[in-house]
Amino acid sequence: MNEKKIIKIYLYTRFERFWHWLQAIMIVALTLTGLEIHGSFSLLGFQRAVNIHNFVGLSWLVLVAFFVFWLFTTGEWRQYIPTTKKLFAVVVYYSHGIFKGTPHPVEKSPGAKHNPLQRLTYLGLSLLLLPVQMVTGLLYYTWNDWAGLLMPLAPVAFVHTLLAFMLLSFLLVHVYMTTTGHSLFSHISGMITGWEEIYETTTIEEWELAGKRK
Amino acid sequence: MTTMRSPWPMLALLLLFLLAGSPFIAGAATETGGDEAPGRKLAKQAIKRDKRWITTDHTKHDVLQKPFMSGEEVTQACLSCHSEASTQFHKTIHWTWLASGDKKEPKYGKAGYSVNNFCISANAMEDKSCLKCHTGWNGVENDVNCLKCHGMEKFNYTEAFADIQAFAEDDDPETKEIMAEIQAEVTTAVGKIGLPGRNNCGECHFKGGGGDGVKHGDLDTSLMKPNKALDVHMGIDGKDFTCTRCHTTTNHNIAGRIYTNPAVESSKSLLEDDLAPKITCVSCHSDAPHKNDSKMNDHADKVSCQTCHIPEYARINPTKMSWDWSKAGALKDGKPYHTKGDLGKDIYKSIKGEMTWEKNVTPEYFWSNGTQTSTTAEDVIDPSTVVEVSHPVGDANDPNSRIFPFKIHRGKQPYDKVNKTLLTPLLSGEKGYWTTFNWDESLKLGNETLGLPFSGEFDFVETTYAFPITHMVAPKDKALSCTECHTRDQGRLATLTGFYMPGRDRSPPVDSLGWMIILGSLGGVGLHGLGRFFTRNGRRKNHE
Repeated sequence: MNEKKIIKIYLYTRFERFWHWLQAIMIVALTLTGLEIHGSFSLLGFQRAVNIHNFVGLSWLVLVAFFVFWLFTTGEWRQYIPTTKKLFAVVVYYSHGIFKGTPHPVEKSPGAKHNPLQRLTYLGLSLLLLPVQMVTGLLYYTWNDWAGLLMPLAPVAFVHTLLAFMLLSFLLVHVYMTTTGHSLFSHISGMITGWEEIYETTTIEEWELAGKRK
Repeated sequence: MTTMRSPWPMLALLLLFLLAGSPFIAGAATETGGDEAPGRKLAKQAIKRDKRWITTDHTKHDVLQKPFMSGEEVTQACLSCHSEASTQFHKTIHWTWLASGDKKEPKYGKAGYSVNNFCISANAMEDKSCLKCHTGWNGVENDVNCLKCHGMEKFNYTEAFADIQAFAEDDDPETKEIMAEIQAEVTTAVGKIGLPGRNNCGECHFKGGGGDGVKHGDLDTSLMKPNKALDVHMGIDGKDFTCTRCHTTTNHNIAGRIYTNPAVESSKSLLEDDLAPKITCVSCHSDAPHKNDSKMNDHADKVSCQTCHIPEYARINPTKMSWDWSKAGALKDGKPYHTKGDLGKDIYKSIKGEMTWEKNVTPEYFWSNGTQTSTTAEDVIDPSTVVEVSHPVGDANDPNSRIFPFKIHRGKQPYDKVNKTLLTPLLSGEKGYWTTFNWDESLKLGNETLGLPFSGEFDFVETTYAFPITHMVAPKDKALSCTECHTRDQGRLATLTGFYMPGRDRSPPVDSLGWMIILGSLGGVGLHGLGRFFTRNGRRKNHE
C-alpha cells in the first residue's frame, strides 16, 4: 500500500476566497456580456449587456485596488514570485505522470500555495493579461474623451477581444484543472471552505492544523 | 486562542462600497436627481413661456381698414408702419432664391444654376409656376407679399385682386356691389396678421417639387395638424410648435440649411449662447441630453440626434422616391394620361415620366458636416456614373461630421452628351415640355433662360438628390434600439465604413485566432480528461 494519508490544512483565507469567487463571477459576467456586445450571440439584449459590462468592469478596477493592498500588506505577493525549480517536473506530471498515478511533484503548503506552473500562469495573468485588459477596457469605455487623439477604436477593440478569448481559455483550463486533485471536487471545495487536502508527509506549521485553529 | 477578528465586517463594507461606489464611478448617480433626462428638463425650461404677448390688434389699424385695389396697396399699408421690413426681406433667400446674397454670384439657388432631379430647374424664374411660391405679388421686381407668411387666413388674394381690378372697370352698380363685397372680404382677411404659422410655411415647403410630400419626405401636409406620434414637437396634442419655434429669425432671415451652408456652423445650447438661432436639437436639449448614466450621450459627438429619433420618415403621407424623366412623353390616343399607384399617387404621368412613392421609409445614413455638394447646370458630370446632384459632405474622421439620416431621391434626367452637363428643360408655358412634349425644343429654351450652352445632343443620366431628414421626430419610446445599428449584418449603418462599431465590426484574424484558442483549450482539456478517465489516473495499476 503506497497510498499516503490525506489531511486537511487551512490554505485560503476568507478574503482570498471571497476575492477568488468574486473575480470568477466577474470574469464570467464580463465574458458573456462582452461576447454579446461583440455580436457573437444574443442573450441579455445589447443595451443591458453594455450596462452590465461597464458596471462590472469598472467595479473590478476599484476592487483590484483592495486586492493589491491585501497582497502587499499580507506579504502574499511572494506567492507569485516565479521559479523554474520543479517547473519541468510539474509539466511532466500533468502531461505524463498524472496518467500513471505518480504523485504531484509539488504539494501545496501555506508558504507555497501555487506550484511553479501556477505561479507563472497567475503572474502572467496579474501582470500582463488582466492589466492590459483593464487598460484597454478603460480606453474603450472612455473612448469619446480621447477619440482621435491617440488612435482609432479598432486596435483597442482588437486587443480587448483577443485578450478576452485568452481569459476565456484560461477559465476553461483552470476549471478543468480543479478536477485533478485528490478527488474531482477536492480543489473546488478547498476554495470554498478554505481547507485544502494534502498528504500528511508535507511539513505543516503547527498553527495551520485544523484542530489547533479556531 | 487567536485574537484575530472576523473579516466579515470588512468584506461587507467592501461589498457596500462595490454597490454604492461603482454606479458613482460609472456616472449613474444623477446630481440633479429625479428621473427626467437633463436634455428634456432644459428644453422644457426653454419653452416655459409658450405664449407670446402681443401689444397690437391689426384689425384696429385704420390703414388696414380701407378697400384695397391691389396686393401692392396692402404691402404699402404694412410698410407704413413696418418701414424696414421690405428692405430686410429683399436681402433674404426667401426673396432672392439665391444662396449668396450677391446677385453677381448666381451659381447656387433656385433662381441660379442649381438643379435637382424633380422639376430640375426654375429656369431663372422663367417658369411662371414658380411664382405660386415666390414671396412677391408679381414676379421678383415688385413688392413683397407680406401676407404669404403673415396672413393667418388662407385666402386667394391673387384671384380676389384680379376680380376687383376687372370689376373696377365696369360701371354697373351691381358689379360695384360685388366688388365692394370682395374688398370687404379682403379687408377682413388682411386684418388677421400674425407670426408665420404652419399653414404659411407649409403651403410651399410641404409641397415642394410640385405636390404634397414630393420632395422632402419629412415635410408634407401631415405636419399641418400632426399628433405627437408624428412629430413630438409640433404635435397639436403636445407642444404644438410652429415652424418658427426652431427656425428663429433675425431681420427676416430665417434660420435653416441652404444650398451652400449648414443651418449653423456649430451647435451650441442656449446655456452657451442664448441668442444663437434655436435651429439645432442641441439649442434646447444640450449636447448631453440623456440621463447621466446613459451611453447614449457618448454617441452625440458622432451620431446626430435625428439618426435615432427619426426611425422612419413619410409616416403618414407617402413621399416620392424616384422619378424617371426618360419615360415621359407616352400618350394614349394622342393625349397625355396618368396612372395611379397603390398609395393613391401617380406612378406615371405623360408630362413627367415614371415615378415611385413610399411610406414609412427607413432613411439612408451618411456622414455629414451639415453642408451638401450641389451639382449645378454649369458643372461637368461623369455620365457613366450615378451623378450625385446633391450629396452630404462628411467623413468619419472629421470631428464636425456626424452620422445623419437622409432621403435619397433617385432620378433619371436629361444631360448634354457633348458638354457633359445636366440640362434644364423649360416645362410650363406654351413652349414648355408639358405642352409640346418636345425634348429638343424645351431643353434648348430651358438652357437659354440660364444663358447656358446646349449642344443639341442629349440623353438621360441616373442621379441622386439627398435631403437631410430632420423633421417628424418621434416620441422617445419610438427611438431606435441599439441593435438597429450594433448588429453583425444588415444594420442601418452597414454601408458606413472606416470606423469601428462594437457589435458590427470585428477583425476576422483576431476572431479566428480567438476561437482557435478556445477550441484548442477545450480539445486539450477534453483529451487530457479522457486520458485520465481511461487510465483511471493510473490508480488501477497501483491497486494491482
